[in-house]
Amino acid sequence: MSGTLRRAAAALLRWGRGTGGIGLQGAGVRAAGSGSGSGSGGGQAEQLDALVKKDKVVVFLKGTPEQPQCGFSNAVVQILRLHGVRDYAAYNVLEDPDLRQGIKDYSNWPTIPQVYLNGEFVGGCDILLQMHQNGDLVEELKKLGIRSALLDEKKDQDSK
Amino acid sequence: MLSGQLVRRLGSMATRVRSSPGGAGPEPVGPVEAAIRAKLERALSPEVLELRNESGGHAVPPGSETHFRVAVVSSRFEGLSLLQRHRLVHQTLSEELAGPVHALAIQARTPAQWKENPQVGASPPCLGGSRKTRGTP
Repeated sequence: MSGTLRRAAAALLRWGRGTGGIGLQGAGVRAAGSGSGSGSGGGQAEQLDALVKKDKVVVFLKGTPEQPQCGFSNAVVQILRLHGVRDYAAYNVLEDPDLRQGIKDYSNWPTIPQVYLNGEFVGGCDILLQMHQNGDLVEELKKLGIRSALLDEKKDQDSK
Repeated sequence: MLSGQLVRRLGSMATRVRSSPGGAGPEPVGPVEAAIRAKLERALSPEVLELRNESGGHAVPPGSETHFRVAVVSSRFEGLSLLQRHRLVHQTLSEELAGPVHALAIQARTPAQWKENPQVGASPPCLGGSRKTRGTP
């Protein structure tokens, strides 16, 4: 019981930190409702909006980049690692049921992981993998001012 | 005996045959898988539709229908971005995704793309994350 509470509190702290004062307030209200709230309040959409725009690269995972809890989330982490993307925000939806449902509603996307670049929803594991394979990811990262590490490995494959 | 034949015939005709839940061994096609196939066929008239129930590789009970991989080749995907193609598949399967299915790997290709590379991808191994959270609403 207290374990659950502590975990919830930790998740909320992160949540609050991610979204500023508004986030903390909204989170507090949800916590008072003890867990599974309505999930689709207007406040949450605003919080998530701020969350996905706060960092250039944002991912929602099951687990953490250090310890992914799902093969698809792990694949996203590995793809980012391949491109040398180190500075990204990762949110663990397993720690926060509200976030888990909230981000699905916000993105209108039914599964986790989810990837945002520059505040824009890119897709899940399959799409990121495909973008990795067809070279689009290198281009998208470049738009964000991130130079993919893969470019350094094969310099001749520079973009047109 | 007669009813057995009937059931088998129905099974080959349609995809709505209920396989006994909890059956062991190589899984027969379950109701969710059948529904997914029927809906995708109806909505996208795919040239190729490969559907795999990958639930066996995950931390769920035997006979589960929770994790799927689908490769859909359809001319309906022409001119659509990857994101739009995936959304189209999600919309088609919204009921399943809101209910029993919680992982769906999608390959959505046009016939021309499929000709270039007619391969169904492989899913990464499960890392056990859903076990902890099963039972949460």
